[in-house]
Amino acid sequence: MKTVEDLRKLREEVQQMTKLRDGGAEVKIVVGMGTCGIAAGARETLNAFVQEIAVKSLSGVVVTQAGCVGLCDREPIVEVNAKDGRTIYARVTPEKARRIISEHVQGGRVIEDWVTRN
Amino acid sequence: MEELALHILDLVQNCAEAGASMVEITIIEDFSSNLLLIEIRDNGRGMSPEVLANVEDPFFTTRTTRHVGLGIPLLKAAAEQAGGSFVITSSPGKGTTVRAEFEHDNIDRAPLGSVCDTVVALLAVHPRLDLVYTHSVNGTEFVLDGREIREICGEDLNHPKIIQWLKSYIAEQEKQLGGDQ
Repeated sequence: MKTVEDLRKLREEVQQMTKLRDGGAEVKIVVGMGTCGIAAGARETLNAFVQEIAVKSLSGVVVTQAGCVGLCDREPIVEVNAKDGRTIYARVTPEKARRIISEHVQGGRVIEDWVTRN
Repeated sequence: MEELALHILDLVQNCAEAGASMVEITIIEDFSSNLLLIEIRDNGRGMSPEVLANVEDPFFTTRTTRHVGLGIPLLKAAAEQAGGSFVITSSPGKGTTVRAEFEHDNIDRAPLGSVCDTVVALLAVHPRLDLVYTHSVNGTEFVLDGREIREICGEDLNHPKIIQWLKSYIAEQEKQLGGDQ
């Protein structure tokens, strides 16, 4: 069984990790979490991003949410804000989320085939 | 929505948009009275009687990006098709409470689904929201109080590694509880 003590220890580890780097987030990932996004699977997409960032121990990558942006037919919509600018991906499944992390966030290459314009 | 847990996620998103600092999610399953109850209570800005009167109408929304608001009508339909009921109460400046009841064994009741995934998604994107999640199955209760987690984790509450830990912790507790999935 997991205990509160485990959580305390994990927090200390996280604090050590974040101490090693300074400055704010370098990459911000925004997942559309309106009714349309949620119905299309945004929860799984969001949780896949969070899990992948944890598994790969990436720092400087934050995941957040936005409401409906009017692209309901292309949900789950994900916006990646990185040094290369703002990229909007359409119909992002958990599998695509993991590839966005490895190819775009880590590799710096936008996956053009999945990009949508508003 | 395939899972009631997704309706919960959707409704708590409304709470966050209504400026709530605290949201209580309560799920009660009681097999002897054939009840599944979902209650979401927030301390957001609430709604005027005029807005409240329209909120169950799918073609009413306060948003400007589109002209339909489906969150509440969808949950209402999910409850009513499962022999249940749906009540929303609200007072301006105090908050809103949504209460949906279902017949637990109704064949048309959507599965509860993964409330664990819903709760971790909410903690990940709304780290400053005081989230209190209670799930009771035949009188046995699991409570996750976001305020206690914040006391331990501070601003790291939504760090991906903390979220992953919380996910396996909640999943473990839910499994023990043995409620609907």
